[in-house]
This record gives sequence, C-alpha cells and structure tokens, in this order.
Amino acid sequence: MKELPSISMIHDSFDSGTLDPVRLTEAFFSKIKSSRHNAYLTLCEDRALGQAKALTHQLKNSYGGRVPRKSHPLFGIPLGIKDVLTIDGVRTTCASKMLDQYIPPYTATAVQKLETAGAITLGKLNLDEFAMGSSNENSAYGAVLHPTHPDRVPGGSSGGSGTAVAADLCVAALGTDTGGSIRLPASFCGVFGLKPTYGRISRYGQIAFASSLDQIGPMTRTLEDAALLARVMAGPDEMDSTTSTVAVEDWFEVVRQAKADSGAIQGMRIGIPAEYFIDGIDPEVRAALEKAIDSLRNQGAQVVPVSLPHTRYAVSTYYVIAVSEASSNLSRYDGVRFGARPESAMKAGSIVEFYKEVRAGFGEEVKRRILLGTFALSSGYYDAYYRKAAQVRRLMREDFENAFRNVDVIVSPVSPTTAFKLGEKAKNPLQMYLTDIFTIPASLAGLPAMSVPVGKDSQGLPIGMHLIAPRFQESSLLRMASRIPGGES
Amino acid sequence: MSLQYLDRSIDVTTEFEAVIGLEVHVQLATDSKIFSSARARPDAGNSVADEIVNGNTTPVCTGHPGTLPVLNVKAVEYAVRAGLATQCSINSRSIFSRKHYFYPDSPKGYQISQFDLPLCEKGYLDIELGEDGQERKRIGITRIHMEEDAGKSVHHHAYSLVNLNRAGVPLIEVVSEPEMRTPEEAGAYLRKLYAIVTAIGVCDGNLQEGNFRCDANVSIRPKGSPRFGIRAEIKNVNSFRFVEKAIEYEIERQRQVVLSGGQLVQETRLYDSQKNRTFSMRTKEEAEDYRYFPDPDLPPLLISPEQIEAIRASLPELPDQRRDRYVSDFGLKRYDATLMTSSPALGSYFEEGVRLAGASAAKVLANLLSGEGVRLLSEAGIELQESRFTPAHFADLARAVGDQTLSITAAKQVLAILFREGGDALSIVDREGLRQVSDLSALEPVIDEIISKNPKQVDEYLGGKEKVLGFFVGQAMKATQGKANPALLQELVIRKLVAKGKS
Repeated sequence: MKELPSISMIHDSFDSGTLDPVRLTEAFFSKIKSSRHNAYLTLCEDRALGQAKALTHQLKNSYGGRVPRKSHPLFGIPLGIKDVLTIDGVRTTCASKMLDQYIPPYTATAVQKLETAGAITLGKLNLDEFAMGSSNENSAYGAVLHPTHPDRVPGGSSGGSGTAVAADLCVAALGTDTGGSIRLPASFCGVFGLKPTYGRISRYGQIAFASSLDQIGPMTRTLEDAALLARVMAGPDEMDSTTSTVAVEDWFEVVRQAKADSGAIQGMRIGIPAEYFIDGIDPEVRAALEKAIDSLRNQGAQVVPVSLPHTRYAVSTYYVIAVSEASSNLSRYDGVRFGARPESAMKAGSIVEFYKEVRAGFGEEVKRRILLGTFALSSGYYDAYYRKAAQVRRLMREDFENAFRNVDVIVSPVSPTTAFKLGEKAKNPLQMYLTDIFTIPASLAGLPAMSVPVGKDSQGLPIGMHLIAPRFQESSLLRMASRIPGGES
Repeated sequence: MSLQYLDRSIDVTTEFEAVIGLEVHVQLATDSKIFSSARARPDAGNSVADEIVNGNTTPVCTGHPGTLPVLNVKAVEYAVRAGLATQCSINSRSIFSRKHYFYPDSPKGYQISQFDLPLCEKGYLDIELGEDGQERKRIGITRIHMEEDAGKSVHHHAYSLVNLNRAGVPLIEVVSEPEMRTPEEAGAYLRKLYAIVTAIGVCDGNLQEGNFRCDANVSIRPKGSPRFGIRAEIKNVNSFRFVEKAIEYEIERQRQVVLSGGQLVQETRLYDSQKNRTFSMRTKEEAEDYRYFPDPDLPPLLISPEQIEAIRASLPELPDQRRDRYVSDFGLKRYDATLMTSSPALGSYFEEGVRLAGASAAKVLANLLSGEGVRLLSEAGIELQESRFTPAHFADLARAVGDQTLSITAAKQVLAILFREGGDALSIVDREGLRQVSDLSALEPVIDEIISKNPKQVDEYLGGKEKVLGFFVGQAMKATQGKANPALLQELVIRKLVAKGKS
C-alpha cells in the first residue's frame, strides 16, 4: 500500500495552495464512485461539497490561505462516518432494512464536534447490521470487501470504516466498538483503530447496540490522526450521563513527542497475558507480534508476564450482556414509531400480529441476538444469566486492575488470524464470535484499547497488535504505540 | 367446593375482611420532562390537552434511535420531598431500570422506572376515620420510585393515533402496604396522600388531567385469617369516590365468588364508573414478563445526606400539622380542619380569609368554605382557584354572620350568587336585601301584631302547648321576609307571650 497522506500533510498542501477542500472532496467522491468495495451506504455529496466550498472560501478570505490548525484542527478533512451515528437530515440505516428510510432530526455529539473542528462528512459507511458481527457480512446492503483482497472480509462491525480508510475512500473514519468492532477491522485492514475508555466520547447519537459497551472511536492511517480525532471528540456531554469529566490530554502532542523521542518508553512496563498467547494463534501473527515486542524491549521497555485468569469467561459473559442490552435497545423498532412496516404488517388483524410481521424484518444475526437477550433477561433466567454475567464482568475488571498494578500497557494479538475469507465463518456463529476473543475483555472492563498495524503475513494481509491501558490512560497507549515500528505500512 | 386457598371453611355466616393496597401514580410538577428538556406541564393558562399533538417533544422523549436519557434533578428533588413528607427513608443510592413491554404509546419499547432499588422506602401516613376523625390508623408506605409516563393512544374506529406529549412526564409511584381494610380507609389514604403531595408543591393535583392516578389491589379473607387471599388489581381509577366504589364492588364480587364455591384468579380488572362494576382485563397467565434490568444509560442515582437534609429543611408545614394548628388555634372541628388541609387552595383561602376576618370568624369561615363553597364547586366540577371566589368573599360573609348582620342561610345564598357572578359580598347582601334584622324596635311591632291577630294560638301556648312557638316565629320570619335574626326573634316571642300570660 502506498503511503497515504495524513491530516497534517493535507493541511500542508492546503497551506501551499496545491490543494483545497473542494478539490480534495471532489477527488474522494470520484474515487468512491469507482470503488467496488461497497464501503458507503449513503453519500452526502451536496452537503459535503457545501461544507467544502464554505471552508475553501474561509481559507482564502478569513485565514489568508493558512489552515487554522489551532481553532479548526480538522479543517477541510473529509471523513467517513459509520452509519450508526446520526446526522440531522441524513439517512441513517445501521445497515438494517428496519431503518432503511430513517432520517434522524439531530446530529450525534461526536460528529458535531468533528464538523465544528472543520471536518467534512463524505457519507455514511457500511457495517454489520446494528453493529452486530465481526466480518461485515451481516449488512442488509451487502458485505463490504477487504481493501486489498476482495475475496476477504474487512472485519466487523466497522468494516466499511476499515476499508474506506485503507482504500483511500476518506482520510479517516469513525467506527464504533462494542466488543472489538473498531479494533478487528482496523487490524484486518491495516489501519489504526482506537477505542477510548468507556465514557470518553459521548454516545449521544450513536444508535445503541449494547449501551454499557458501545464506544465511538477513530480509524485512521496514522497514529497522529487517531490521536487528533479522539482528542476532538472526547469530553463530557450533557446529553450523555455516562460521559466522564476526567481531563482530556492533548493526545496529538503525546504522539508527536513520543515519536521524536527515542527514550519515550524507557522504563515503561508491557504486560504479556499468558491467557492471550494461546495455541491457535496463527504463527505469522505471533511472529509479527514478537518482533514488535522485541523492538519495544530494545527501546528500554520492560516485558512482564501478567495473568488475567477470568479471560476464558469473556466471550460467554459478553454474549450475555451484549445481547441482553441489544434486545432492550432494539425494542423500539416495532413499526409504530421506528422500524419499517412491511405490506403484511398493514394487513395484520391485531397489534400482536402487527409486531410479528414488523420484527421479522431484522436480519438473521440480529434476530438471534434479540432472542438470546430476551431469554437471558426473562424472569426465572435473569439470575442465572444476566446477573451472573454482570458478576463475572466485575471479576474481569478486577483482573485488569490487578495486572495494571505492575504494568502500564497490556499487549496481545487483536485476533488469532488475519482477515478470513468471505463466507468462511458466516455459517458458524460461534466460530465468528470467537474472532473477538482478545478484544472483548477490554470492552467488558471499559478500558482504552487500540489496534496498531505491525506488518503483513505472507499473503500480504495486515496484522494488528492489540494494546490495552488502564481507564483514562489513553496517553500510555498512544505513547507505546508511537514507538512500534512498521506501524505505518 | 374448592376453597383451599382460604384457611378455614366458609359459609354464608362467614365474616370477611378485605385487604387493600394502593399504588398511586403522582405526576411531578416539574417544568421539564424527567429525561428530556421538553416541557412537562402546561403553560400558564393553557391545558396540555390543547397543545399541538406531538408538539411538546424532543428526540429524547420520542425515543429516537441514538438518544439518551439525562435525569432531571428537579424531579429527583420532588421525589425526595414526597418521600420525606411520608416519613420514608431515602436511599443514598438508587437504580433506574428498564421495564419492557410493547405498546404503541411506549416509543422505546420500554419504560424507565425503578425496580430493585427505589429512591424511597419504608414510610407511612396517618389516616383519620370515624365521625369527627378521632380514630387514627397508620398505613405503611412500602416504597416510592421514580418513572416516566407513557404517551397517549387515541383510538378511532378503524385506526389508532399516538400522542407523545405526555411521554416522559415525571411520575412517582407511591406503593402502600396492604394495610387498608375498608373502602373508606382507602379513600382516606388517597385524600391524605393527595393533601400531602399538593401541600409540598410536588404535584399540581389536577385529577382531570391525570395528575394523581390510582391502582387498587383488593383481596378478601375470613376475618382474622393471617393469610392473604387471591388479589385483583383494579387499574387507573382517577377519582377518590370511584376508587371507594370500585373497591366496594370488588369486595362484594369476590365474596359472592367465594360463597358460590367459585375460584378467584389473580387478575387485572378495570372499573366502569357508569355501570359501577369492575370487569376482567387480563389474568396472571396473560401477564407480561417485563424483563427488568438496570438501565445502562443512567448511572446509579446518588444522593448525599446533606442534600437530603437540605430538602427536608425546605419542606413546608404538612397537612397533619396544619390540621392540628387549625384545631388548637381556631377551634375548628377536626373534620373541618382536615377538609381545610385537603388541598393547598382550600388551605390558602382559609388562612387568607382568617387573616382578613379575624380568628373569631374562623369557624364560620371554615363552615362556609367546606359546606356551601365546596358543594358549589363540585357541582360545577371546577377547582376553587379557577372559580370567581376570593378569600375576601368568605371573610366578609363570615364576619357578617359573626356580628349577626347576616344569617347563615343568607350567607349561603350570597355564596351562590358570588359563585355565578363574582363581585363584592357585602354589596350583594345589600342588593338582595339580606341584611339580618336584629333591631328590637323593628321586630317588636311585628311580633305584637302577630300575637294580637292570633289569640287562639296564644291561648294554646299559655295552656302549655309549647310547639305553637314555632308558629309565631314562622309568621314573624315570613313578615320580615326571612331577615329577622332567628335567635333574637325566638327570644322576643317568648318574652312577649309570657308577658301576655301575666297580663
């Protein structure tokens, strides 16, 4: 993959007058239209060009041709937005037939903040329906193709975001992560994917899958870009009572300085969890990771074995909590106020018949999760499933707290393998669920985590390294990631 | 006969007692909704009912995908006020849960409520029973929790429409212990709870608008049995009188079922006030599984002891304290005093009236207000504060009755006129010529004339037939067009008859 320009390189081009937001935006639309990746569900062409024109005009007339990087750090930067985030007046489908015609009357806080910082929204990116999936094969509008290997999946659920960033269909994208939905496609597509601490970025306007796990994050081609987008979006929001008031550092500066400083991670401690380096990890993945860890060690980091004993319960715990919350969150798609009404529903003789016809409109995976979640929450089963899962979740949080007494960052593979083939796991939900085995624990614990590209396997498929830090320690994560070689492939 | 659920044999001589628990939904009078910035109350002068359908909503209270609830701090404060005023303990940590059910007026498919850990628990209130409210009974309050109201379905012949203006309006649900035994106790509990939540300003108390709605759980058992029978829940009755009647009907219905050897089932019933009967809506088997779980969008609600104490310190005088003060300061009967404290409007009219007319007029004032005043209002179906009545009306009339320039009967006549027309009470007294004649020089000639024209009756009276006295008083009243001071008149008649006998 040829090196694609970062945000600051684009800003340099704006400054030098070789490029402007309109020309850049137009170039992206022409690329998107000739692309076969199926990455976009909706293009916001008029809206984006309107934004681009206004910014180009301002650049000349208000800012003397110099990008106002301080006040508008994303000035004129075209982004793709995962189609679970609302934009006032723009169709938002969640890749579900249920929301095929849904046009929200308000804009998600995260998107609002990016646009206020000067970003341009090119369009809405494909995903697994309601963000439920690990391969992006569950979209009602067709699978997204891997950016470089069209017979492969880009990972999910933010597959459209991963592919769009890697295939240069936008400068950067927003994904959302519930159990690994940013990190897995970032790893498969060879880009950076950051899931900040739960509560860092407002979920207002993020159409919920599992509310206690969902978190928005950037997917980018450089670490600086990821740090910058995350910094712009982070912070408390009065529309989301789960957002945190913990101060947001200038993560962009953290990365810039760490990259310039060969001693940046001197004395930092890297935890290697025994439970994560298991049999079944692709040898090429393992080798790439070991190489990266060696390099970090050579820069003065200490490598320390740690234990996360409850890891083996992670997938089952996740699939109780996530599906329980999903079954609740998706209740509103009943065809009355939200959710498409098929012809058959309009002929229903009773309200119950009506609901049955409407709710048949979900895809298979979504239906499976609604059923599982409904079961787990039902009276007589709640204690055995939801309550038990909540208890195990607490134990897993404690595992991490214990481990982080001795280390600054924990490292693992993002996934046991590189991108698998389209259709390979589609018929086996359980095998698909296990794809997220390394990303799920950080989600359950609400920890910041990211995927960093560390090379490619013999077939040229990207390999991602997974970094996890304590709550609100995004800076440790980014500092360590800054020193991983080969990141920018 | 399958009566196993009762712990003894039953026949027509068996005396039953009812076990009644009440769940009351109180609409909190906050300006905005519980989880969104949309208005929760009508503008001054405008009724919510007159508002544009779905006009009073935001993406949050209409449940738009991606929106999140943010708790209204004022609603929490009001709920804590209600808890403190009913002697509840306030939980420093409480949890909001989702209660799931599919219904068109529930836009999210779930209602945000409190389940495991409610805000307030273990309170009580005292009710007064018997002739002058001397008999007191303490009714436990199990819990008070916060929740959001649903929208409103409007059913037409071939379709239904949904109005979400009410969706997200803050409610508290006040759940009593099953400690009431008669419809009267249930009525007294509701009136007391209503008096409290309106007195502390957390509820507007508009019954027509559904500000105060009651579900009643009713079962029966042989008197003295320690076990509970199978209960029916009567849903959504919004008048105190109808709750009493619905419970009364339900008790008798259950008694008949049991006596005829039938089996009661746990069920939800509705009350039809026109037919005065309850009918089954659904049985327990059809009951929904609400799948409660903690709402992940709302962190636990934490309240510090300092916050609780600050709210406690801001509580006004409660109805019970106020009632006792009215009894001791103004000599009101407990019954009247209770009535004066049953709504904030009555209380403030009474206090303002007493301030204008003086404490000596308090009893008459309470009498006019609670008797003729309340009768006129309830006949017309309007609230005191919406009427033309002013506190000065009652004060002027009470004072006039007190100094004997107006009879109590005439005062009631004036009230009826004031109710229709408003205006100045004493001007109406004069206009209608109702001023009471207490002037001896005016009354004496009238009595003299009646005595001289009716010698036969005079003889009867003097012969010991005391009943004839009424005849003379009646004649004199007639002659003065009812304006004579009746006590003075009677005294004068007796005096003159006795004088006649001696002459």
